[in-house]
Amino acid sequence: MEKFLAKMKNRYLLNTLLVAAIYGVIMLIIQLGVLNRYQANMLIPVCYNIILAVSLNLSAGYLGQLPLGHAGFMSVGGYTAALITLALDLPAAIEFPIALIAGGLVAAVFGFVIGLPALRLRGDYLAIITLGFGEIIRVVITNLGFTGGAFGLSGIQKHTTLTVAFLCTVITVFAVHTLMKSRHGRAILSIRENEIAAECSGIPTTYYKTMTFTISAFFAGVAGGLYAHYLCILDPSNFGFMKSVEILIMVVLGGLGSMIGSITAAFGLTLLPELLRDFSDYRMVVYSLLLVVVMIFKPSGLFGTYDFSMSRLLTDFSKGNLFKKKPRDHQVPVADELKGAEIAPDTSISADPDIPPEPAETDGKEEL
Amino acid sequence: MKKVLAIVLVVAMMFGMTACSGSGSDTIKIGVIAPLTGDVAVYGNAVNDAVKLYTDKVNTEGGIGGKQIELVVYDDKGDATEAVNAYNKLVSSDQVLAIIGDVTSTPTIAVAQASVADNIPIITGTATHLDVTSFGTNMFRACFIDDLQARTMANLAVAQGVTKAAVIYNASDSYSTGLHDSFLTYCDSLGVEIVADEAYAKGDVDFNAQLTNIAAADPEVIFIPEYYNTFYLIASQARAMGITATFYGVDGTDGVLEIDGADTSVFDGMYFSNHYTTDDPSEVVQNFIADYQEAYDQTPNALAALGYDAAMILYDAIERAGVYEPSAENWQAIIDALYQTDMQCVTGHITYDEGNGTPNKSTKVITIEDGVYHFYGEY
Amino acid sequence: MTFLTQILNGIQIGSIYALVALGYTMVYGIIKLINFAHGDIIMVGAYVTWYLIAKLYVSEWTAIIVAVVVCTVLGMVIEKVAYKPLRKSARISLLITAIGISFLLENVAQLIFTANPRMFTNLFPGNMNLGGLTIPNNTAVTILVSVVLMVGLTLLVDKTKIGKAMRAVSEDNDTAQLMGINVNNTISFTFGLGSALAALAAVLYCCSYTQINPTMGSMLGLKAFVAAVLGGIGSIPGAMVGGFVIGIAESLTKGYIASSYADAIVFGILIVVLLIKPTGFFGRTMNEKV
Repeated sequence: MEKFLAKMKNRYLLNTLLVAAIYGVIMLIIQLGVLNRYQANMLIPVCYNIILAVSLNLSAGYLGQLPLGHAGFMSVGGYTAALITLALDLPAAIEFPIALIAGGLVAAVFGFVIGLPALRLRGDYLAIITLGFGEIIRVVITNLGFTGGAFGLSGIQKHTTLTVAFLCTVITVFAVHTLMKSRHGRAILSIRENEIAAECSGIPTTYYKTMTFTISAFFAGVAGGLYAHYLCILDPSNFGFMKSVEILIMVVLGGLGSMIGSITAAFGLTLLPELLRDFSDYRMVVYSLLLVVVMIFKPSGLFGTYDFSMSRLLTDFSKGNLFKKKPRDHQVPVADELKGAEIAPDTSISADPDIPPEPAETDGKEEL
Repeated sequence: MKKVLAIVLVVAMMFGMTACSGSGSDTIKIGVIAPLTGDVAVYGNAVNDAVKLYTDKVNTEGGIGGKQIELVVYDDKGDATEAVNAYNKLVSSDQVLAIIGDVTSTPTIAVAQASVADNIPIITGTATHLDVTSFGTNMFRACFIDDLQARTMANLAVAQGVTKAAVIYNASDSYSTGLHDSFLTYCDSLGVEIVADEAYAKGDVDFNAQLTNIAAADPEVIFIPEYYNTFYLIASQARAMGITATFYGVDGTDGVLEIDGADTSVFDGMYFSNHYTTDDPSEVVQNFIADYQEAYDQTPNALAALGYDAAMILYDAIERAGVYEPSAENWQAIIDALYQTDMQCVTGHITYDEGNGTPNKSTKVITIEDGVYHFYGEY
Repeated sequence: MTFLTQILNGIQIGSIYALVALGYTMVYGIIKLINFAHGDIIMVGAYVTWYLIAKLYVSEWTAIIVAVVVCTVLGMVIEKVAYKPLRKSARISLLITAIGISFLLENVAQLIFTANPRMFTNLFPGNMNLGGLTIPNNTAVTILVSVVLMVGLTLLVDKTKIGKAMRAVSEDNDTAQLMGINVNNTISFTFGLGSALAALAAVLYCCSYTQINPTMGSMLGLKAFVAAVLGGIGSIPGAMVGGFVIGIAESLTKGYIASSYADAIVFGILIVVLLIKPTGFFGRTMNEKV
């Protein structure tokens, strides 16, 4: 098995089969009528929430920053996509992909424009400035004429189907995963671990930070487009700080830096409110309590920095050590040649490898 | 292992959802969407209570076609997106025969748009915005439209000899903005000068900046097309600032006297347009007031009356159409029956023109004197 | 004339922002946390006062004192339960916990009191005339009380022992411990103090803006935070100046541009400050050692 999986090509094949299998199962379930139309439709929010969580995870988990304005990118993408489909009158198969990509690109532009100045700041300041930008985007959209102002846009055609949403999700997860596996991904992780050391090692941190932010914004924009064409209305007041925090909750609960964590958390947190509709009064109380409790007892989230890998699962399965405890490491992708060597000693600042080290402060105000 | 378990659990929960479906065919399911929590919760609860009151009454008398009516109520929290979610759930999951909802204009517009493709009959008691019935022929309302009440208030201004008026409105609410736009148009054509036109945004609680500008313009009348809570804030801040102008309100202003802890002297001498008045001696009105008083121990406000009427109109149509299971043909049958409506309701005589979901009605103006509502006239 | 009134409006809301900003700035200075829950402590203070006055018919002054006590205790409890265990963790966890507590407070209040706004009676009704300008009494009281509290706080931090302890802990936690300062108590005291100020700010806010609802704290808190950053986070005079500047900016925007842009302008100011001089008016640049 290991020899089979050693070839990258085979690993791709395996993962493609896995994805196709999941899709097949979902479609089968819907065909058999186990899920009715409403419940099948609930899977669409799951898809775009996964995209949102995974894209935020890119900036928050892998890059180690805390952007609090993600909903702003989502709204920009959503509005762009909606305005395009409202203006064009082409068949869905043509205008929807155009709209989605355009939405993503416009959001990416915003991400770039916001990222460039914002990423010069660290930690808390970055959080606040992105929050500020998110709010400004919301207010501007609320006041512009062509975006429908405070009443938002309505009458958007319902182009988002489960297949389209699923496809977009797969593309997003694949893109982010591939990015993180490449040397760009390693550069991003190194920035998270110790930015100054990374800079000294010759990694252009500003370039990578801005690039990550832009890519993250792109996917958020695509998710926004899917959202707009599912709900068929866009109300700017829905894209405020609250929405950014909801997405952040998904990423944090799932585990910062864990893609499977983001996916699972997005899945669970999208469906939970519907299941608990009878208790919807208590829902937000439970959410917030959950958030606090998880933060206190397991700050790294449900999955920590663990990342699911089909090939590793199969390898362990074939070797029979599926349930053996593994030595902790950073899950930084290790080149095949080094696989046999000893695991390198822990070089991060914080003692516990699962918790990302404290981002360094530069302009912190410390005097009372 | 823990993680695998977690994934399995979540998937299992998802399948658990399948348990929550299925319906009985011996009841008629009617969906209700209303803001039971949020800024306009008083309205949502009033409408919901009134609908329940009428439903109970009909059920006690044998239901419709021998079947009991079952209400499926969802809270939209005053938010358009929640309303659309509730609508989706009612149509796909709960499979209702018809829907009564929503209460305020913005969520109702969203639901109306979402419903055109399905063509399910929906009647709103209270959404007064023009666009509500513009998307499809399946949308009905029991109330008049905002344009009518804006014209009423403009007429009132002329009748009271007012020459200078000011407006302060909520630019992020379609109801308030629609009323503002109509009022301005009518004042313009009737010769009332608008000396100040101020806007604020949703969630604002501090109107000093706008009121300062209004005070400087010295109007005789200030038109405030807003719901009762915010209306009170604006009115009390204006009085605190020393502004003595008369306040003009709209149907959303009804309920100001019921605000817990409000200083009602602020409202003395104000006027607002409304759907009905408790002074109306007709039998249908007095019976309704008596029943409502008995069930909920308070006098019903206009929205309760409209909710009651919405239910009345809908159930009458269902009875005439004689269909009780949700399906495309049955929905169309009920819609056709609705257009044939001709009945005397609490808020007036209701008929619909073919293809127009807005009924033909008139507006009443109410004034407040010494903390009590009084019927002033029809304009 | 109108312009002066608008400025006065700005100073009124600004003084409330200043009071709240003080709480933010003190907490940030001492444990480097943006306490998102601070705005919601204001909401708690408002509800407690309202409930006591309107439902239990307690006298106003008693109600205010009870509210201050409740908020102080609440602030200290939150710190002990939610923030203390995370002192050694990553900043992001602390920030998220603060957001979680904020939501928790808001939603519990919504559960208990429903989202229906409640009316608060103005404790200082009436107007006074100052040189042709009509000033509502509650405006005057707000500004006066805020200034007095700020002066008091500055004196406390500069001249008292506990103030010295606060400054020491904010500068270097470990060394302060070595010097014999009880860091935990100092931090608890800081939280308590900030929350007490928040409670007073709540009462003043409610007198002017009479309506309370469960989400009133979040935007107020955010804007107060912007004020704190503007003035230089960690600096007390900075918080005061920042508060007034934001208040006036907001008031002028509402009066002369459009109310809906007020939020955007406030956040715009924040962004400009963070890009040009992140340490704010009175901040000090700290260099990072590798």
